[in-house]
Amino acid sequence: MQTVFEKTPGLTDAVLHYCPGCTHGIIHRLVAEVYTELGVSDRTIGVAPVGCAVMAYDYFNCDVVQAAHGRAPAVATGIKRARPDTVVFTYQGDGDLAAIGTAETIHAAARGENITVIFVNNAIYGMTGGQMAPTTMPGQITQTSPYGRDPAVAGYPLRMCELLATVDGAAYLERVSADSVKNIRAAKQAIRRAFECQLAGRGFALVEVLSTCPTNWGLEPVKALDWLRENMIPYYPLGVYKDSARDGKEAAQ
Amino acid sequence: MSEKVLMKGNEAIAEAAIRAGCRHFFGYPITPQTEVAAYMARRMPKVDGLYLQAESEIAAINMVLGASAAGVRAMTSSSSPGIALKSEGLSYLAGCDLPALVVNVQRGGPGLGGIQPSQSDYFQATRGAGHGDFHLLVLAPNSIQEMVDLTYLAFELADRYRVTAMLLADGILGQMMEPVSLPDPAAADLPPKDWAVTGTGGKRLHNIVNSLYLKPEDLEATNLARYEKYAVIQRREARHEAFLLDDADIVVAAYGASARIAKNAILAARAEGIRAGLLRPVTLWPFPKAAFAQAAKTARAFVTVEMSMGQMIEDVELSVRCAKPVTLCSRVGGMVPAPEQILESIRQAAGGAK
Repeated sequence: MQTVFEKTPGLTDAVLHYCPGCTHGIIHRLVAEVYTELGVSDRTIGVAPVGCAVMAYDYFNCDVVQAAHGRAPAVATGIKRARPDTVVFTYQGDGDLAAIGTAETIHAAARGENITVIFVNNAIYGMTGGQMAPTTMPGQITQTSPYGRDPAVAGYPLRMCELLATVDGAAYLERVSADSVKNIRAAKQAIRRAFECQLAGRGFALVEVLSTCPTNWGLEPVKALDWLRENMIPYYPLGVYKDSARDGKEAAQ
Repeated sequence: MSEKVLMKGNEAIAEAAIRAGCRHFFGYPITPQTEVAAYMARRMPKVDGLYLQAESEIAAINMVLGASAAGVRAMTSSSSPGIALKSEGLSYLAGCDLPALVVNVQRGGPGLGGIQPSQSDYFQATRGAGHGDFHLLVLAPNSIQEMVDLTYLAFELADRYRVTAMLLADGILGQMMEPVSLPDPAAADLPPKDWAVTGTGGKRLHNIVNSLYLKPEDLEATNLARYEKYAVIQRREARHEAFLLDDADIVVAAYGASARIAKNAILAARAEGIRAGLLRPVTLWPFPKAAFAQAAKTARAFVTVEMSMGQMIEDVELSVRCAKPVTLCSRVGGMVPAPEQILESIRQAAGGAK
């Protein structure tokens, strides 16, 4: 019998706690496959967030620190500065990265901190039961925007890749989506480039992965994927927002 | 023994930390501790170390957490309002059982308060450093030499017990200059940091540094284990200085800069025939309870001298179990008690004004 697919050794055998249809499991696998395929899992250190992925320390088969809400880039900074030869990544949700941890995110980028940030944007606070997030769409119904997010009261969603693209220290920024096989394959390539950016010492790399939360969106998993495609991708366009390697080449031409 | 040099308190802390092997300092400017950061920014690059200026005190303490989790000696420094911002990180450091050094050069509060010296963070340091059940190991120097010696000790004890240590100074000690000697710290036999995140190297299971325990039984167990460790620290590490204490009727309790001023008042009281003495806690947590209980057997009364509205006085009263009267002599808001004010408090405790 021929093995055509197996679970990456970059993940432990722990059973994921995520809800049915949630895309966290896919994104975990992509990250773990990337650091395993790059041959650096034995010197990789992850930083887990507060939020749905808080227990990522049980799933990633590498050393992991669990950080306070939003502080993962600061914790990662301490680790990377203490051990420059390690490969350090954070795994954060939108509430963690774009609300309570906005300062830590922007300043880690501004310092050109040589870390890789995996940013899972599902437009909601999942772990606490579905409250409005900094990335919640205008009109989107959540527990704390029960009549739909009204920009006149609650303001507008943040586009983090676009915002960070103005920061000189950011070396690689790409937004991808976990909604289809094609986009998941592209997401893996983006995550690989973000880790390669760190291995090359080029500085701060972030991959934003548009993700679903069927439970808190109140949608079946397949319909949640449709909702992501119809609502999130138009507001959060996919693509590379910065690539210092490419931009450098273009500038030299 | 190294020769003596004249140093400012804040700079002495920084140099001592470097000599103790600290190569990772994460800071944020705030008066009256900024010389610690400035000294680090100047010296660290010369010794292959890192001074990194964080975007906030919150970020700085979390950088310390990351560096400590990675197994190196790391520190930050701030003053009262900045320490309040570090509360979150201090709690996580405790929950993760991580060693670190945090310096607080106290200023007056609450709120933005002022920039003059104060001791009104005693509660913050010994009781309210963050959410949850935990303690910092709190060391209170009263001279520039002690700022050096206790910085060495803080790193050693932090590594020995996997606790975060706080050096609790004040604006007087931070800013004043005294001759100081900086010997190399004594070598200590410390446990290996086999819990640190360093990369598995393919040689061990993955290490996890974490403070989350969703099962209440597990979380209770970690708290109980931590408090067993605290009990050992309380037994072994309480430190104090006794000055003219053996025959003292009136025991003055003071730490840090207040204790220096109190010594003058005690000598003046002795000149008047009042047998006064000083019991100076060097560790505020663990509090030297046994020394106070012992003193309470023979003393008639206690006077605490604090630049606060009366915070350490609670520990003095608890330690003497209210067996003897304890009164407070205080100035606050950046004001400093004068020897004459302390002398008057000693006279009152001894039986009234003359």
